Amino acid sequence: MQDPGLLYVIAVLLPLASFLILLLGGKRLGIVAAYIATAAIGGAFVLSAIGLVRYAREGDLFTASHHEPAAGQDHGHGAAAPAEEPSGGHGTKDGTLVWKGQIRWAAFGHDVIRLGYAVDNLTVVMFAMVTLVATLIHIYSIGYMHEELHEPVHDPLAVEPGEPPLERPGRFPRFFTYLSLFCFSMLGLVLSDNIFLVFVFWELVGVCSYLLIGFYYERRSAYRAAIKAFVTNRVGDFGFLIGLAIIWTTLGTFNFEEIRAALADGKLTGALLTVAGLGIFCGCVGKSAQFPLHVWLPDAMEGPTPVSALIHAATMVAAGVYLVGRFFFLFSPTALLIIAMVGAITLFMAGTIAIVQTDIKRVLAYSTISQLGYMMLGLGVGGWLAGLFHLITHAFFKALLFMCSGSVIHAAGTQEMPQMGGLLKKMPITAITMLVGTLAIAGIPFFSGYYSKDAILAYALHFWQQAPQTGLYGVIAPTLFVLAVGGAAITAFYMFRLWFMTFVGKPRDHHVYEHAHESPPTMTVPLIVLAVLSWCAGYSFGLGQPVIELALQNGPAGQGFTAHPPHATHELAGTFALGAVIVGVVLAVIFYGVRLLSPDEVAAQFPRLYRFLWHKWYFDELYAAALVRPVLAFSRKVRAFDWNIIDGIVDGVAYWTARLASADGRFDFWIIDGIVNLVGEVTYWCGERLRWLQTGRIRQYIVFLVVGTVAVLALLFYVTTLFAR
Amino acid sequence: MSEAAIPLEGVLLVSAAMFVCGTLCMATKRNAVGILMGVELVLNASNLNFVAFARYTPFGLDGQMFALFGIVMPAAEAAIALAIILAFYNTHLTVDVDRASELKL
Repeated sequence: MQDPGLLYVIAVLLPLASFLILLLGGKRLGIVAAYIATAAIGGAFVLSAIGLVRYAREGDLFTASHHEPAAGQDHGHGAAAPAEEPSGGHGTKDGTLVWKGQIRWAAFGHDVIRLGYAVDNLTVVMFAMVTLVATLIHIYSIGYMHEELHEPVHDPLAVEPGEPPLERPGRFPRFFTYLSLFCFSMLGLVLSDNIFLVFVFWELVGVCSYLLIGFYYERRSAYRAAIKAFVTNRVGDFGFLIGLAIIWTTLGTFNFEEIRAALADGKLTGALLTVAGLGIFCGCVGKSAQFPLHVWLPDAMEGPTPVSALIHAATMVAAGVYLVGRFFFLFSPTALLIIAMVGAITLFMAGTIAIVQTDIKRVLAYSTISQLGYMMLGLGVGGWLAGLFHLITHAFFKALLFMCSGSVIHAAGTQEMPQMGGLLKKMPITAITMLVGTLAIAGIPFFSGYYSKDAILAYALHFWQQAPQTGLYGVIAPTLFVLAVGGAAITAFYMFRLWFMTFVGKPRDHHVYEHAHESPPTMTVPLIVLAVLSWCAGYSFGLGQPVIELALQNGPAGQGFTAHPPHATHELAGTFALGAVIVGVVLAVIFYGVRLLSPDEVAAQFPRLYRFLWHKWYFDELYAAALVRPVLAFSRKVRAFDWNIIDGIVDGVAYWTARLASADGRFDFWIIDGIVNLVGEVTYWCGERLRWLQTGRIRQYIVFLVVGTVAVLALLFYVTTLFAR
Repeated sequence: MSEAAIPLEGVLLVSAAMFVCGTLCMATKRNAVGILMGVELVLNASNLNFVAFARYTPFGLDGQMFALFGIVMPAAEAAIALAIILAFYNTHLTVDVDRASELKL
C-alpha cells in the first residue's frame, strides 16, 4: 500500500460498514449480527496491529530515550541514548513520522476547512488499545447479551412491583449495531487530524453512549440516566463550542498541526488562549466525567455491562483525556493548573464516594471517575506522558474489572455486593482475573497500574518541587500531591473492599450463591486476555522504560511534553504511593478480608460523614435544587403563561370566529335560503292551482282560448272606453 | 276605388262568420281531421281580413303578401298535423282527440 495511513482509514470504515449492514439487516440477522460486528472490529484490530508494527519500524517507536532533554533534568533510565540519535535511515526523522491525508471540505471566504486523518504515535497507540479492547468486548458481549436472543425477553427491572411482567422482543442485533457505530465514531475521533472532525465524532460517541445507556429503555432509571448523560455532556460541549469558536476566529484553522504552528508563532496568547483552552477542557470535563460534571457516569451504569466496560470505562470517557493530551499545546499554564485542580478534586471525591457504595458497578464507575481524575491531574501538572500512559493501562484493567463484574452480575443476578460473597469457589476464573484487575488498579508493584500511577505521582511531586513555594502555587501544588497520594490509598481500599465483598467470606444470600456459576468461554477468554494485559502493560520488556511510554514519547504527538522528573523524585513519589497503597490494602483486609473490625460500626461512628458519602457528596441533590428545580419551576411558569395567555388568545379568536360563523350561517339559512325557497314555494303553489286547467281535452282548450280571448278583448274594450271618456 | 266596391263591413262580416264557424268546428269536432279543417277556416278568415284592410293602408301590397303567407304556412302546418294524426292513428286505431289525454297528469 502506498500510504500506510490508509490502513487506518479502512480500519475506521470497517465498523461503519458493519453498522450499515446491521442497520439494514435488522432483527433477521440474530446472532449473525454479532459475528459481523466482531469480524469488523477484529479486522480493524488486525489492521491497526499491522499499522503499529509498520509505524514502530519506520518511526523508531521503541528505541529508548531520544526525547530532547530539558535543562537540569536527569533521565535516569538506563538506556544510554544520546540526545541527537540519528534516525533509522528510512527517510523519516525522529519524532516527525506522520501519515496523513486531507480533503478540502468547505471554504468560507479565504478560510478553508480541510478534513483529514493523521497517524502519529499517539494515534497508533490509542488505535491499538481501542480496537483491542473493543474486539475483546465484542466477543464478551456474544456471551453476555445471549438472553437477548430469546423471544420474548422478560425484564423484571422494567416494571414497578405489582405491575404485570414486561415481555419484549430481544434486541441482540440492535446492541451490536450500536456497538459498531460506537467503534466507528471512536476510531474516527482518534484518527482525525483536526478539532472540527474530532468534535463531530465526539458528538457521535455521545449519541452512541446515549443509545446504549438507554438500551433497556423500558426501565425508568435507564432512560433517565440516558437523558442525564446526554444533557450533562451538552453542558460540557457548550464550552467546547466556545473553544472552537475562539480557535476559528483567531487562527482560522482547525488542523492540530496548523494550530500548533500558529500558537508557536504567538498568534493567540494571553487570556483568550486560556479561555480557549478551558473551553475545550470543558468539553473534556463533560465527556470524561470530571468534577463538576461527573454525575452522569455512575447513572450510566444502567446500560449493559459490556457497554460500561467499553464506553464508560475504557474508551469514550478516556476521549476527554485523549483530547487534552492531543491539544496539550493549547493549554496555558493557568489552564493547566485548573486542569490539575479539577483532576485532583475529582479523583479524591470519586474515591471517597466509591468507599461506601454497594452496587458493584457503581463502585467501578466512581473508580473510573477517580482514575480519569488521575489522568487529568497527570496532564495538568505537565505529565503528558504519565497521563496518557495511565489512560492506556487504565483502559485494560478497567475494562477487565467491568467485564468481571458483568460476569458476576450475569451469574449472581444482582448488582448488590451485600448479597454476594464467597463466589470465589463458584467462579474461579472471574475471581482470579478480577483480582489481577484489582491489583493493577490499586497500584501493587509488578502490575501495570503501579507504573502509570507512579509516573503521575512523580510528576505531581515534581510539580510541587518546581512550583514557587509561596502564594497560590504554594498551597495548591502540595495539595495536588497529597490528594493524589490519599487517592491512591482510597483506591486500594475500595477496590479490595469490592473484591473481598464479592468473592470471599461466607455467602450472604444463599439464593444468589446457589444460582451462581462460571460464565461461558466467550466471556472468560476475553477476561484472561485482558488480565494478562493488565498485568504486563506497564512492563519495559528490556527496553529500559515501559513500552507504552516509549511509544508515546518517540513521536511527534508529544514533542516537548515528555520531559521526565528526576529519578530521585520518581523514587520518593513511588515510596509515598506504595505506602499509601499498603495502608489501603491493610485497612481493606482488616475490614472486609478477616473482618477484625466491622465496617458498619465505623459507619455508625461517623454517621454524618457516612451519609455525606452515601449521598455522593450531595451532588445530585445540589444540582436538583440549584438547577433542575428552578428550571422546572420556570418551565411551569412559562407553561402557565402559554396555557392562559397564548392559548387563551388563540382559543378566544377561534371562539369568536365560530360565533360569527354561526350567526352568518343563520342569516344564510333563514334570509337567503328563505327568499329562494319562498320563490319556489309560491311558484309551486301557483302551479298547483293552475293545474286543473290542463284537462287534456283539446276542445276544452279551444273553448278556454276563445273565452280567454273574448275576456281579454272585453277587458281591453272596457278599459279603453273607461280612459277615453 | 270603384262605386261597386264591396264595403268593408260586408267583408268583415263574412270574415267574422268564417272565424266563428271555424272556432265552433274546433270546439265541437271530436275528429282530428275536422279540427284541422276548423283551423283552416279560422286562418282563412284572418287572410280575408288582411286583404280587406290592405285597401285602406298606404303600404301597397303587403296585406296581400301576408295573405299569401297565411295560405302557404297552413299548407305546411297541415302536412305536419296530418303526420301527427297518422302517428296517432297508428297507436290508437282512432282519430278521436278525446282519447288523447295520456299526457295529462
